Amino acid sequence: MNVDIPLWAGIPASILLIGGGLISLIGSLGLLRFKDFKSRIHAPTLGNTMGAVCVLLASILVFSSIQQRFVIHEILITLLLFITSPVTSMLLMRAAVYRARRQRGEFDTE
Amino acid sequence: MNLVLFWSASFALLCFVLGMACATVRLVRGATAQDRVLALDTFYINGMLTMLAFGVRSGTSVYFDVALLIALFGFVGSTAMAKFLLRGEVIEP
Repeated sequence: MNVDIPLWAGIPASILLIGGGLISLIGSLGLLRFKDFKSRIHAPTLGNTMGAVCVLLASILVFSSIQQRFVIHEILITLLLFITSPVTSMLLMRAAVYRARRQRGEFDTE
Repeated sequence: MNLVLFWSASFALLCFVLGMACATVRLVRGATAQDRVLALDTFYINGMLTMLAFGVRSGTSVYFDVALLIALFGFVGSTAMAKFLLRGEVIEP
């Protein structure tokens, strides 16, 4: 990093980086500590959405002030995450419900 | 100012690596198969954020492409695994 980053971009970027890291860590700890799958699936969504948005905003601030123009291609990752993360969660939850019902033996015709 | 940004990016890197360690523990212990898929999902998200924090820390935008590819292929992988758990085949005829 050879360009000096101005104060108005550096302080919010630092706060966003620290906050994003802490939020993502809390989400991953929740994945580790919750008891069953139905409560576990809630925890990492915190890191998927808030943590990613914080880090991407910090990245936009830093690269915009380094290159002296608006660099907003990080929004691409945010959009991708916002579209794809609910799809994965919904498929996983459907798989969990289906497998729990199959374990109880509700599908005898198969 | 650069020093503060450097150290906050390093702190974010530490948090993401600890999150990846939590996901790894859940991946190994995981009671059911869908727990393991969820742990892998968390793992790739944390890896993508690690790449972005590396990019902020070093000031180059090369890591952005790596993060975009990880997000894309991670989504494809975890969706394929969730679909496999659902029916036993990924692409249904």
